[in-house]
Amino acid sequence: MSGILVILEERGGRIRSSSWEALAAALKLGPAQDITAVVIGAQTAALAAEAAAKGVGKVVRVEHPLLAPYTADGYCAALEQLLQNQGPTQVVFPHTYQVRDYAPALAARMGQSLIGDVVAIEDGAVFTRQLMQGRLNANYRHSGNGPCFVSTQAGAFRADAVDALAGASPATITTFTPNLDASQIRTEPGEPFREAAQTVDLGSAQRIVSVGRGIKEEQNLGLVKDLAAALGAELAASRPICDNGWLPMERQVGSSGQTVAPKLYLAVGISGAIQHLVGMKGSQCIVAINKDPDAPIFEVADYGIVGDLFEVVPALTETVKAAK
Amino acid sequence: MKIVVAIKQVPDRDAPVRIAPGGKWIDETDLQWAMNEPDAYALEEALQLKEKNGGEVVALSAGPERTGQTIREALAKGADRAIQVVCDDLGTRDALGVAKLLAAAIKPENPDLVLTGLQSEDIGLGQTGVIAAELLGLPHATLILHVEKTDAGVTVKRELEEGWFQSIEMPLPAVLTMQSGGTKLRYATLMGIKRAKTKELKSVTAAELGADAAPVVVLEQIALPKKQKSTQILPGSPKEAAAALIEKLKTEARVL
Repeated sequence: MSGILVILEERGGRIRSSSWEALAAALKLGPAQDITAVVIGAQTAALAAEAAAKGVGKVVRVEHPLLAPYTADGYCAALEQLLQNQGPTQVVFPHTYQVRDYAPALAARMGQSLIGDVVAIEDGAVFTRQLMQGRLNANYRHSGNGPCFVSTQAGAFRADAVDALAGASPATITTFTPNLDASQIRTEPGEPFREAAQTVDLGSAQRIVSVGRGIKEEQNLGLVKDLAAALGAELAASRPICDNGWLPMERQVGSSGQTVAPKLYLAVGISGAIQHLVGMKGSQCIVAINKDPDAPIFEVADYGIVGDLFEVVPALTETVKAAK
Repeated sequence: MKIVVAIKQVPDRDAPVRIAPGGKWIDETDLQWAMNEPDAYALEEALQLKEKNGGEVVALSAGPERTGQTIREALAKGADRAIQVVCDDLGTRDALGVAKLLAAAIKPENPDLVLTGLQSEDIGLGQTGVIAAELLGLPHATLILHVEKTDAGVTVKRELEEGWFQSIEMPLPAVLTMQSGGTKLRYATLMGIKRAKTKELKSVTAAELGADAAPVVVLEQIALPKKQKSTQILPGSPKEAAAALIEKLKTEARVL
């Protein structure tokens, strides 16, 4: 057993940036020449060329007509055969929705357990991931025989570590054709669709006031609406607010909503679970108002007020209005 | 349609989190517990499917004695009966070990559908349902917002990233992991709470299920996360803090 496999994911015919981050994470486990980048699908030539230019050790194309569209059954069957063939010590994935859909099953099929959503890798293959909605970090180690499966959190590793490898001669590309039969694929996926045209573009907003569970009741939303109006800001929310139907889904910031990077992001009553943080941590200035001083939102905030939002928010609105 | 819903009891969201001596888990003393929210959505979807198509909803949960409280909540909301896998080592099992327990409890039930939340709010691996499907040899789909029974099986609405969705057709039996927000959660009624007391709650131990626990992945140490930024906390009364913040945003951060 040797080598590190990194399973790359594409979107729209290009390797996704989260996949380069997974590759950057793999560089913490071994040198570039020990890394094999894997592209998978029905047509992988262009993806393989893109990966080969990054200067990894090798590139493998796992190609079969039944690998498009994506199905968990197809990917598990194909990658299991690849892993049996390659015998890697580690397999690294980007922690995407697609990986969450198949990688745990693939690992289980090999008698393994995926260390998912990893945010850091330390010497000796110690993997850090978050617990309790980001309130705690936990260190994990793989202890069994067989390959160690790891997926990396979006934004946790810097994709440009991979760019530094470029310039070395392109990696050799080989093709692996798995044995797949249509009868192995039990689900029938439809085309991706959107619910409705977006009417709010949070991505271009300069200021955003965002509200979370701390607001407690729908009728309390007026408080944050007033603050947003006073600041000339767009109103946004964390997932639970949109789940409850208090604000439309298109105002949701986070991994399942929009990614924003305004000048000012003011988070009201948002604890800061990672699913939310990935959607806003690129903001220029982050302000958090929360009653819990240990809320993870304060880990990324520039300014914070620890207190009761029902007192702080009206005071803020008043101050902004008075200054006008 | 017979539906098993796998539910986890997790620390209440607002409960203070303290690291236990030894640094391998949190201090559970005086902790408040709650039903994992995505699992509550799985239960709700199961109850709605039963109301539409008939059948039975079986709540399943693994954990120590205290888990019974969450199981009774599921029964009060409308589950017909429940199975508790009593085990005290849930925290040291890896995802594969937990899924083995649940799969062993599910198998003899031969359900048409297994539903669970997409992830737990405590450990958050988001793998249990997927691995259980693999162990049971059933097809699965994740991040599901809605389930519709069809002649051939089910049609599910799956959430993709960045506001995209997808429909998937799949045969039964199957395992689905539910995303939150696909429907509204119900509250237990007084009548429901009363009835729950008369419903069957079967208890099995991990040993009786024969699901081995030797982990391949070990949690070595937990710690408070390091701050990524140094946050300036603005002290004082709400009024004072508000005034100080606006001043900082204008003159220091220059974003107003």
